Formats: sequence, structure tokens, C-alpha cells
Amino acid sequence: MNSKITFRDVVKTFPLKGAAFTALGGVSLEIADQEFVTVVGPSGCGKSTLMSMAAGLQEPDSGSVLVDGTPVSGPGPDRGVIFQQYALFPWLTVRQNVEFGLKLASVPPAERRRRTDQAIDLVGLSDFADALPKTLSGGMKQRCAIARAYAVDPQVLLMDEPFGALDALTRVQLQDQLLATWSQEKRTVLFITHDVDEAVYLASRVVVMAARPGRIHRVIDVDLPYPRTEEIRLSPEFRRIRNEVWTSVYHQEVPPQAA
Amino acid sequence: MAVITPVEKTVADARQQQPRRSRHRPLLLNAVAVAAGIAVWGVVAALGLVDNLPTPTAVAQKAGTMISDGTLASDTFASLRRVFLGYALGVAVAVPVGFLMGWYPTVRALIEPYIQFFRTIPPLALIPLAVVLLGIGEVPKIAVIFLASFMSCVLSSFQGVIDVDKTLINAARVLGASDRTIFAKVVVPASTPFILVGMRIGLGASWATVVAAELIGAQEGLGYRMQKASTWFEMDAIFVSLITIGLLGLVMDRLLLLAERRLTGWQERR
Ligand SMILES: Nc1ncnc2c1ncn2[C@@H]1O[C@H](COP(=O)(O)OP(=O)(O)O)[C@@H](O)[C@H]1O
Ligand SMILES: [Mg+2]
Repeated sequence: MNSKITFRDVVKTFPLKGAAFTALGGVSLEIADQEFVTVVGPSGCGKSTLMSMAAGLQEPDSGSVLVDGTPVSGPGPDRGVIFQQYALFPWLTVRQNVEFGLKLASVPPAERRRRTDQAIDLVGLSDFADALPKTLSGGMKQRCAIARAYAVDPQVLLMDEPFGALDALTRVQLQDQLLATWSQEKRTVLFITHDVDEAVYLASRVVVMAARPGRIHRVIDVDLPYPRTEEIRLSPEFRRIRNEVWTSVYHQEVPPQAA
Repeated sequence: MAVITPVEKTVADARQQQPRRSRHRPLLLNAVAVAAGIAVWGVVAALGLVDNLPTPTAVAQKAGTMISDGTLASDTFASLRRVFLGYALGVAVAVPVGFLMGWYPTVRALIEPYIQFFRTIPPLALIPLAVVLLGIGEVPKIAVIFLASFMSCVLSSFQGVIDVDKTLINAARVLGASDRTIFAKVVVPASTPFILVGMRIGLGASWATVVAAELIGAQEGLGYRMQKASTWFEMDAIFVSLITIGLLGLVMDRLLLLAERRLTGWQERR
């Protein structure tokens, strides 16, 4: 078995006005080692909840979430998480932010320094290593957050709408950078987005979710080769898959409770 | 070219000078306002428009005597000592208590009723009680100042912990931080701005309280000096004490503001 992340009949409810609100109603999904999977779906369909269970920040009510075949029992350095709101520590410089996880892992100073510099270099922030987050643009902040996750060298990257707040140009740059790093270091990536183009461009599989209750609506394979290029982005085949994903996101049959 | 160069130079000069002028301007205006205020005071006093109002010169002379005979220094020292003792104790207890309240809901539930109750009582109103319970020595004065600074500081550090961005805590957690690390490396720095605001308010409250506390049974101190001067009708001595209280309060506030700027310069300001 080579499933890196497994969701098996995952159910998650939240208390809502005395009743239980079903955020995820039985989700099953397997993500292979080194696979790049994106998740799209209407807001509130449980994308973030799904991801935070893989991260170990939340537990399922029933069903199980496995990483490497072992049930997730909490966060761990084998899984790097990148949040939409960057979540940089504002009182630390770029370098100190990137070092944070390495210090917790008691990596010796010389090695720490090397890995920090490497991660900062990888995202192109070397000139801003000693800057505070408040002086950075949104794109640079997210680069820093990505470097912070890379530094601890996780096998899995969990990304929750990481480029959602960025302008279109910066977003495309960061997408290409992410793919370039992924093709070298082949991590398993679970990437949440609300941007259909982004979902198709990055992934080998797009998971389309539906709301109320949160569930998997369709899984669409992206039969496009890597490395992804501008040529691919503009190809008719890309457009065909994009249209298919678009239709299944925006023209879902109305769920019974919502009518 | 020859025509353009001087124009460019003038523009550049103007650009260079403008920030410098606007930087010094508020200070200059401050000084003008203070001088004008003293002048108005002088005129009002000289014309006798307000009964018993001493002139600025009389007050300055009195200040001279009080400085040379050492009373101003010993009064100031006595008041400052009380403030610092009470204030330091208040902050030292309030910050950990606020943290515990924010971190452990049980602690919060146990302590909050007392804080909400005592919050509605101005510390000054406790002076008579403190005198009865603790006598007229240093202890009741320091106790009241302690309470004043504690009350201002405890809620702000509690609020600081409550307001820590959950995403920051999650970000630390997924990087492998334990609860203890999260507290030390995330909660404490993130709540520093709140604590410093509380400390500034607490210092103001302590300073206000010491003067009032000294009105009751003290042997020295700026408040005591004013009380005594008023029974002897020494208006100039009252003014010297008042001005000293104001100036010292201002200096202490500025020092804390400076510390605040240094410690919380990382904050995004809108
Ligand atoms: N801690 C929580 N308490 C109550 N309801 C929650 C909580 N977290 C998420 N929800 C609800 O669960 C649903 C799914 O949330 P989320 O996973 O954030 O959706 P998405 O990321 O797809 O927009 C939403 O309706 C949201 O309101
Ligand atoms: Mg979300």
C-alpha cells in the first residue's frame, strides 16, 4: 500500500444552535505518496476542516485519518501546514520565523543556519532575511511562511488556500515556484483552493467537494504532463479539464436540505 | 541643461528641508503653548483676577527654596518610592494572574468575580478602609497603590491572552510546539502590547493614588506637602508640589511609551 494520507468515512459535526451541524458527512479519500492533490468546492463545504484533521489540529467524530497508515494523533513535523492568513510571528524576522520549527526540533546551530538560509533562498527572500513581517508584501509573507514549512523538511505539505489573498500575477509566480520545488523534492501535497484554474494547473487530481453535508462530489484526474508550463495552461486540453471542474463546482445539484 | 539644473536643485532642496521643518514644528508649537500659558497665568495673577493665585515668579522662588533646603527632593523621593513599590508589586502579580486567567478557564472563573467587583470601586475609596485595617504607616499607602496598578494591569494581560490569534497558535503547534512553548514563544510576545497599555494606565492610576494616599497621615511626600501647605495657606508651595507631580507623571508616562515603542515595534499599524 502506498497511500500517504487516508481519510476513511470521516464524519465531523459542530454544535450549532443546540443541534449538530454536519461539516463532513463521511469523506473517504486516498492520496498517494508524492501526489499533488487539490481540493475545490463552495465555501463552507468542509475543506479546511478536512485539512486540519490531516494536520492533527482537529479530530474526526467517527472514521479515521491516517498518515503512512498510522492514525493521526496530533500535529507533527512530518506534516507542514501553510495557512491563508500567512500566520507569521510578527515579532520575529523572516529568518527567525523560518528557524522557529528547527529550534523546536533542537537542530544544532550550524545545521539550523544552513537549512534556514537554504529555505529562505529557495523562496527568493534572501535580501529580506532580517526584515520584520510588517514590512513585507502579502506575496513575500506567504513565501516566508512556505520557507518556514520547507525548513523542517516535511514529507507532506498541507496548504489551505495559500494564494487566495494574493494578486493574480503573484499567485501565478508562487504556483510555478511551488511546482518547481515539488518536482525536485516530491512531497505529498494536499492543496485547498477556491480557484478552479489553480486547482487544475497544480494537481494530478482535483477533488471537488459539495456542501451540506460536506462531502466529495467528484474526483477528476488531470492528465497533463509535468512540468506544467504556460503552454499547458493555454492548451485546449487544460481548458477542457478546467471546464469540467468548473461545471462540477458551480453546477452541483441542489442539496436536499438547502432547497 | 544649464537652465534646468538650478530648478532641479531648488526642488531637491525643498524636498530635503520639508521633513526636517515638519519634524521640529510640533515641538516648537508645544514650547510656544507652554510659554503662552505661563504668560497668561502671570497676567491673571498680577492683575489679581483670582484670589490668592501666586505669580509664576513667586512659585519659581518657592521652588528654589524647596530645592535648596532639600524638602522637594525628600518629598519626591518619598512619593516615588511608594509608587514604585506598589506599582512594581501590582504589575508583578497582575501579569501572571492575567495570564493564568486567560490560559485556564477554571482560574478565570474563580478570580473574575472578585476582579469585576473591585473594578467598580475606585482605589481612592479604599483609603479610609486601608487606614483602619493597616494603620497610617507605609503599608496602607503601598497597598492602595498596589491595588490601583493591579486592577489596571490584570484585565489587560488577561485580554492579551484571550486575543492571541488562533492561527498563530496553530502555526506554532504544527511546527511541533508544546503547550509550554506556545505559551512562552507565542502567547507572551503576542500579548505584550496589551500588557504595556495596562502598565501605562496602571502607572497613571498609581501616581494619582499616591498623592491622595499621602493626604492621610504621612510625614513626607508631595501629597503630604500640599496638604500641609494648604493648612498654612502657602499657595506657592501647593503649586510647586502640583507642578512636580505633573512633570514626574509626564516623564514616567513618556518612559513607558518609549519602552512600548521599542518592545512592540513589530506591530502592523494602520
Ligand atoms: N470550530 C467550528 N465551530 C463551529 N462550526 C464550524 C467550526 N469550524 C467549521 N465550522 C463549520 O463547518 C463548515 C465547514 O467549515 P470549513 O471547513 O472551514 O469550510 P471551507 O474551508 O470549505 O470553507 C462551515 O459551515 C463552518 O461554519
Ligand atoms: Mg476554508
